[in-house]
Amino acid sequence: MTKTVLVADAEPNSVIPLECLLRREGWRVLVARDGDEALGTARREHPDLLLLDVLMPRRSGFEVLQTLRADAELAATKVVFLSARCRDTDVAQGLGLGADAFVAKPFSTRELAARVRALLA
Amino acid sequence: MKPSLHEWAAALAPAALLAAAAALAALLLAATLAPDERAALAALLAPRATLLLLAAVLLAVAGGVWMRWAWHRFGAAPGRIAELLPVLLAGEPGRELEPRGGAGSRALAAAINTLLHERAAWRADVEARVQEASRLVEQEKSRLAALMAELTQSVVVCNLDGRILLYNGRARLQFRALSPAPAIGGAEYLGIGRSIYAVFDRALVAHALEMVQQRLQRGVPHPSAQFVTATRGGQLLRVQLAPVREHEAGPLAGFVLMLDNITRDFAEESERDRRLHEHTEAGRASLANLQAAVELSDDPALDAPTAARLQAVIRDEVKALGRRIGELAHYTTETQRTRWPLEDMQGADFVAAALRRIEALHRCRTAAAEVDPALWLRLDSFSLIQALVFLAGRVVDEYGVKLVQLRLQRAGERAQLDLAWIGPGVSTETAVAWETEAMHIDGEASALTVRDVVQRHGGAFWFERERVRAEAFFRFLLPLADAAEPLDSGLIARRESRPEFYDFDLFQTREMALELAERSLAELAYTVFDTETTGLEPSAGDEILQIGATRIVAGKLRRHESFEQLVDPQRSIPARTTAIHGISQDMVAGQPTIREVLPAFHAFVQDTVLVAHNAAFDLRFFELKERATGVSFDLPVLDTLLLSQLLHPNQDGHSLEAIAERLGVAVLGRHTALGDAIVTAEVFLKMLPLLQARGIHTLGQALEASRQSALAKLAY
Repeated sequence: MTKTVLVADAEPNSVIPLECLLRREGWRVLVARDGDEALGTARREHPDLLLLDVLMPRRSGFEVLQTLRADAELAATKVVFLSARCRDTDVAQGLGLGADAFVAKPFSTRELAARVRALLA
Repeated sequence: MKPSLHEWAAALAPAALLAAAAALAALLLAATLAPDERAALAALLAPRATLLLLAAVLLAVAGGVWMRWAWHRFGAAPGRIAELLPVLLAGEPGRELEPRGGAGSRALAAAINTLLHERAAWRADVEARVQEASRLVEQEKSRLAALMAELTQSVVVCNLDGRILLYNGRARLQFRALSPAPAIGGAEYLGIGRSIYAVFDRALVAHALEMVQQRLQRGVPHPSAQFVTATRGGQLLRVQLAPVREHEAGPLAGFVLMLDNITRDFAEESERDRRLHEHTEAGRASLANLQAAVELSDDPALDAPTAARLQAVIRDEVKALGRRIGELAHYTTETQRTRWPLEDMQGADFVAAALRRIEALHRCRTAAAEVDPALWLRLDSFSLIQALVFLAGRVVDEYGVKLVQLRLQRAGERAQLDLAWIGPGVSTETAVAWETEAMHIDGEASALTVRDVVQRHGGAFWFERERVRAEAFFRFLLPLADAAEPLDSGLIARRESRPEFYDFDLFQTREMALELAERSLAELAYTVFDTETTGLEPSAGDEILQIGATRIVAGKLRRHESFEQLVDPQRSIPARTTAIHGISQDMVAGQPTIREVLPAFHAFVQDTVLVAHNAAFDLRFFELKERATGVSFDLPVLDTLLLSQLLHPNQDGHSLEAIAERLGVAVLGRHTALGDAIVTAEVFLKMLPLLQARGIHTLGQALEASRQSALAKLAY
């Protein structure tokens, strides 16, 4: 069955290459422009993995993750942070809240793809 | 002179003795003779009785006179000397006893005179020593005060109770900036004898003191403690606290606070951090998008529309990165410009230093011409000297100039510094080139251009030619030290009376252990105040126009700790009252209202006793504003009107003018609130010894006596 990945990022320039990369890997790609939209899409579509930016309008990536983990239906969804906000404290907070990985920008497309593949396996 | 009892006794003693001897002889004869012998004796004596009596009286009188003379000569001398001694002791030194009477009395007088002389000499010696010691102490004090006044750091010295003993001009400026209402001036915080806890949390200072104590006990040589605190006005202060000890290794007597306002530094640093983070993150994000797009573009299987979208992402992000780097560079230059460390330097010193440097590095002679010795510049001397050396070098090398001159004159609000030479001028293009190329000094390239240096001083720079004198010069316009900080002018004006800024006697002040009422009038701190108003009827809508106050601490008038503030009455000012106080509608326009001024005044008077002439009048105005301002003046109040009534009940006039004249106080600058407050304060100071003579020593006694005073019943 085709896996679904939800990309949540406010920046179109970030979304375009990610969309391209994930499609090439053969996954279904959904896009959300802010935290609220990410949660809505996640509830509707039950994606297998979320690629979350930390700083987003309306609801930060951290808040999205907390809501997700508190929701019985969605608690098992894999979450990967992909952010330029990557000070030690941010990474620690993200992983502490239960993210599966924290990838700092800039990143290598090959490594990111491998990371996501491993999590989806 | 009335004869004394002793004198009478001496004069009558011979008569009494003679009479007693005669009576005894008669008694003995009467007892021992037979009756016929007695009759024979009586017959013998009777015809001679008058003669015998006369002889006896003569003997008695002669004896009496002699005894009286002897009494005066010998007996009365010690008493007389004892009487005169206190007069001589109390009077001018140098007077002495007149040697009178017998040899013994004369010797006694001479001995006493010797003692008197020795005492006078000894007293003169002690006085001279005391005077010399006081002079030295005064000298030390004013030296210290002068030193403190020059410090660019704010310094406040307090005793252990937190009472301010000393502060310098810089502290005054700083406290003005701390005030939530800077228009009112910060005087509500800073004053001799005020509590530092009006500004700093008591617990914070106590904690710092404890740290210092601990370090003292551990034997740390120069212990101090630091803390950063936010004031009520929202300013950030870095405070360093150092102990004052009674003597070396002695117990703590107080502490010194050195204050730095770091609000601005802090805000600037936070802003810099914020921008740095913002740009780092944005840069990472752009780089991530770029990298991903580039890596994906390599895929030969990519379809055309996706390839085009990735290309667009690359173009976009490259542009965004370029823009952000430009922004960051601009911000860095801007902040560097404002953070350029400028210091105050005497112009003549700067010129001398620059000339020395030019001569050392170039083969030319130098001279200073027309240097105004009074000018103080605010500059970064290092970079400016570099610029001068660089320009002089170019002129010497390229035009063979042998003599370079520096001139420094005031030009309006700035200083103009000329680098001048006789000889060929520089073309406009060359001048611009020199101004904008990186400076080379002694074979080394600087990161700066002459233009950078000028810009960082907020100055200007150009080349000029004086055809008549065949002279050419580069001219710099530079900031003057005093123009940059207008606040300092007030400081300089106040410096004339430095000694008012401190009172070390307060180290000995007893804290509030005694009930306020039992404290002596002489040692209390007073706020003497007056108000100007739109009229005499507070209940009928008259309002306060001005509050003026001054302070008396430790029996001295502290003119410089004054409070003077105009108040917008928010109503019209009747012309007839303007004639009295001279305050017009224009003057109060834009001034704070009583809602702002009264709380500030309330803060100013804390921990003091209020003094005013006819205080009931002013207090009635304050009372009516209690609800609007939220402050009430429930401090003890002494009224010079009531005190005058108490001291001179038989005099008619108790107006401030009448009292001032009676007590010999010169009346200057009356009918401004502060002018009247100062007159009232001087009158009050003259009253203190008079009250003391009446047995009124404490505040409680003064208040009670005032209450009894007849005029106390007068109500407004």
